Amino acid sequence: MGDLQIGIGGAAGDGLDKAGDTLAKTASRLGLYVSAYNSYQSVIRGGHIWLRVRLGQEKVYSHGDHLNVLIALNQDSIERHAPEVVSGGVVMFNSDKLKCNIALREGVTQAPLPIGALTKPFGPMQPVMQNTVALGALLFLGGLEFDVIAEVLGETFAHKGKPVVDQNVNLARAGYDYAKANFKPLAVKWNFTRKRRPFLTGNEAFAISAVAAGCRFYSAYPMTPASAILHWMATHAERCGVVVKQGEDELAVANMAIGAGYAGVRSMCGTSGGGFALMTEAIGLAGMIEAPVVIVEVQRGGPSTGIPTKTEQADLNQVYGASQGDFPRVIIAPSDVADCYASTVEAFNLADKYQLPVILISDLLLSEHPETIEPDEMPAEVPIDRGALVTSWDTAKGRYKRYAFTKDGVSPRALPGTANTIHVAPSDDHDEEGVLISDIFTNTALRRKISEKRMKKMDTLMKDLPAPKLEGPSDAEVTLISWGSSRGVVHEAIALLAAAGVRANQLHFKYLLPFHAREAKEILSRAKRTICIEANATGQFARHLRAETGFSVSDHYLKYDGEPFEPLQIVDRVRAILAGRAHSLDVTQEEASEIAYHYVRVHLGEDLRPGRLEKAAGNGAGEQIWRIEIVNRDSGEKRGELRVGVETGSTHSWQAIA
Amino acid sequence: MATIIELPIETFSGPVDPDWCPGCGDFGVLKSVKMGAAKAGVAPKDLVIVSGIGCSSNLPGFIHAYGVHSLHGRAVAVASGIHLANTSLKVVITGGDGDGYGIGIGHFIHAMRRNLDITYVVMNNQIYGLTTGQASPTTSKEMRTKSTPRGNVEFPINPLALALVSGATYVARAFSGEPNHMADLIASGIQHKGFALIDVFSPCVTYNKLNTYQFFKKRVYKLEDEVGYHTGDMRAAFEKAFEWGDRIPLGLLYADQQPTYEDSEPAYKRGPLVHQPLGVEPAVFQSLIEELM
Repeated sequence: MGDLQIGIGGAAGDGLDKAGDTLAKTASRLGLYVSAYNSYQSVIRGGHIWLRVRLGQEKVYSHGDHLNVLIALNQDSIERHAPEVVSGGVVMFNSDKLKCNIALREGVTQAPLPIGALTKPFGPMQPVMQNTVALGALLFLGGLEFDVIAEVLGETFAHKGKPVVDQNVNLARAGYDYAKANFKPLAVKWNFTRKRRPFLTGNEAFAISAVAAGCRFYSAYPMTPASAILHWMATHAERCGVVVKQGEDELAVANMAIGAGYAGVRSMCGTSGGGFALMTEAIGLAGMIEAPVVIVEVQRGGPSTGIPTKTEQADLNQVYGASQGDFPRVIIAPSDVADCYASTVEAFNLADKYQLPVILISDLLLSEHPETIEPDEMPAEVPIDRGALVTSWDTAKGRYKRYAFTKDGVSPRALPGTANTIHVAPSDDHDEEGVLISDIFTNTALRRKISEKRMKKMDTLMKDLPAPKLEGPSDAEVTLISWGSSRGVVHEAIALLAAAGVRANQLHFKYLLPFHAREAKEILSRAKRTICIEANATGQFARHLRAETGFSVSDHYLKYDGEPFEPLQIVDRVRAILAGRAHSLDVTQEEASEIAYHYVRVHLGEDLRPGRLEKAAGNGAGEQIWRIEIVNRDSGEKRGELRVGVETGSTHSWQAIA
Repeated sequence: MATIIELPIETFSGPVDPDWCPGCGDFGVLKSVKMGAAKAGVAPKDLVIVSGIGCSSNLPGFIHAYGVHSLHGRAVAVASGIHLANTSLKVVITGGDGDGYGIGIGHFIHAMRRNLDITYVVMNNQIYGLTTGQASPTTSKEMRTKSTPRGNVEFPINPLALALVSGATYVARAFSGEPNHMADLIASGIQHKGFALIDVFSPCVTYNKLNTYQFFKKRVYKLEDEVGYHTGDMRAAFEKAFEWGDRIPLGLLYADQQPTYEDSEPAYKRGPLVHQPLGVEPAVFQSLIEELM
């Protein structure tokens, strides 16, 4: 089965993202499945960019866990990522500027590209040209047919005119031909069906699904990693008939969306954790006045401003606890790009039917990584259920009661502009008609019944939500519990575990509130051993699971370094847990190198880099240390030694060679 | 322009009597809002009164019209959403100075920048009443309140000047002691196409012993009685916005006809959003998918 994992590394501003798009689109049009991840930083230029693109003959569920090809556009990328290339793989780099002078794994070959000579015929050298040459070479190495990239480049550069298009096609061709003449292709076989499939990010799926579901109002304040929803909406607003409002802050954004929802349009707003914090009071308002609204919360690394361009699943406590008081809310965590599409349709229907806020909780990985999905996973026609709407009222039936106490908790809704249904929607607690029962009119009986009416909606809507299911062998020795974006990567890890003789199954949660406590408990009570896998430091979901079911998971795999889970990492951790090996929080060799990179960048400048590392006795540091040689980037000559604590990660000392 | 058919004020009689303190300035405002809506000929079903939190923000419960009694400081944002969703409704925001000029001042300024076609009536009593008498953003300097026992040290917000610099296209001031005058300003504010601010001196008889009915009665005068005052003159409006002392102006300081936010929004070519069919046309959807392939 064809599976090719490619890494592209360079400096921000090198145009890597565009190169990645071109590659992904080309492969996608050949009929392959693609999943990509851009490990970018919040800087416009400079810094290290690390892009992962994985191609598969069959559906791929993550960006993978190793490299078959590395395209290195700066020296850092060679040093950091060349060791990840597995046997049979290739390290490709611009040999005019870069050297691959580090140890590679066995069976890995170098593919140096003389970029200057290759680009010379096509005009003055610009740094981005090397991307196109490298892509051309990669097509040959990866066994991909050339014609499609010409088509993709034609579309990408159409706005710059034919000369630029031709130049890029020629550059790619030069790379392809050079590789053909000088390198051996990788051992990968493809069947190019050339079936066209949508290739999109989670954020694009949220936006397109919203317009398909009839969203007519979208409000947002710019915040990574949710901004792409705003950008898509703004770009397509006119074509799709959506009013897109950038608010002055998330307070405005949420309250505007709720106002629009109250007035009868399907409305949505989007943000990340910090913005969501500002929205919380409004979410309680939506619960109280029973206004439908959909809120997309795209998590990034917290707390506070946190790691704005990195992924995490640590806002769960926040979405559960958002706003004071008890009120009904729905929380859905889509699991992949196609599920972002499906979940958004569901969210609008639930919001309308049950007149409450629905929170779609995503994360940077899910929202920003692009993935190939099947065309029928994003249908144009989606089910729309607007719930009980009163469009006319016969006063002979008596007074219209906006918050009528009903058995299922749902009170038929009348929109402003309707005759004979005039009422106030109050944030103070109120009776059936919307008249306040707060302050001087406080009425304990009415307060009890209105509260019960609102909360009853949670029981009623439960029947609309499919229960979680155990996937994989029922007699597995371990059950991996996941939620949100980690469904796919855990699924892949389970296949790898099976190949290694470990029988594992998966219990994945999408509907976080209301929670299928009974069903979850029943499944978990039969599990031999459970590991909850989530991208946060405190096991927020495991805690919620315990609160809802009384079930405590046996073990956790918590990741809070900002990078998404990879299949092999899960395999390794699961095997370690099953073998009873304690998990060490010590700084690994790779981590010591990264700590050294940071120190070098902050204090020593760009012409140095970490070299050899070794673990040594503490020597006064009170712990074992990593002794890290710091060398000249070009010559490799030693310039000093950095000492980093193995346990604490602290930079204890830097000693320059005089 | 459509002919306006005035309605009887009783059309707007609410289901519940106000719970304000006897003598509260807000009674006058409630009456004037009803009169203004009646004069502007807005049917109760097409009127949405949006408020925040505070004594004055209880107003939607006391009038026969659709209403949202929203969160503290968020009335303008909620109203903006309602208006943008259904531009065929008339949206009138009613709230207090703490709500609009304190906790909600961000939305106030930005709504004016957008020139949304909304009317905002602020019952400005220069004190926090519902929370029993703390300093508000418009409390006079040196005034003693529960939260400023040694006297208020902060410079008061000037809502009219702020509205002028923020792009409001209708800036007026009224006084609860002059309900007919206020009703005229509210009616023309509702009819004005664009953002209309009507700041109202609405005395708090319980907690503000400085800015009382007597205080204002002695000082206020009407701009329409001033010979040569033009509401299109921004400079003159500024001068009047800063006039405070023996003479305090009431009336329309400034009015201008500028394009509204809605005028520039292509989605409204097909009518109010709420009346548009859901979803996108198949050809449009297909073009969205094509972009991804």
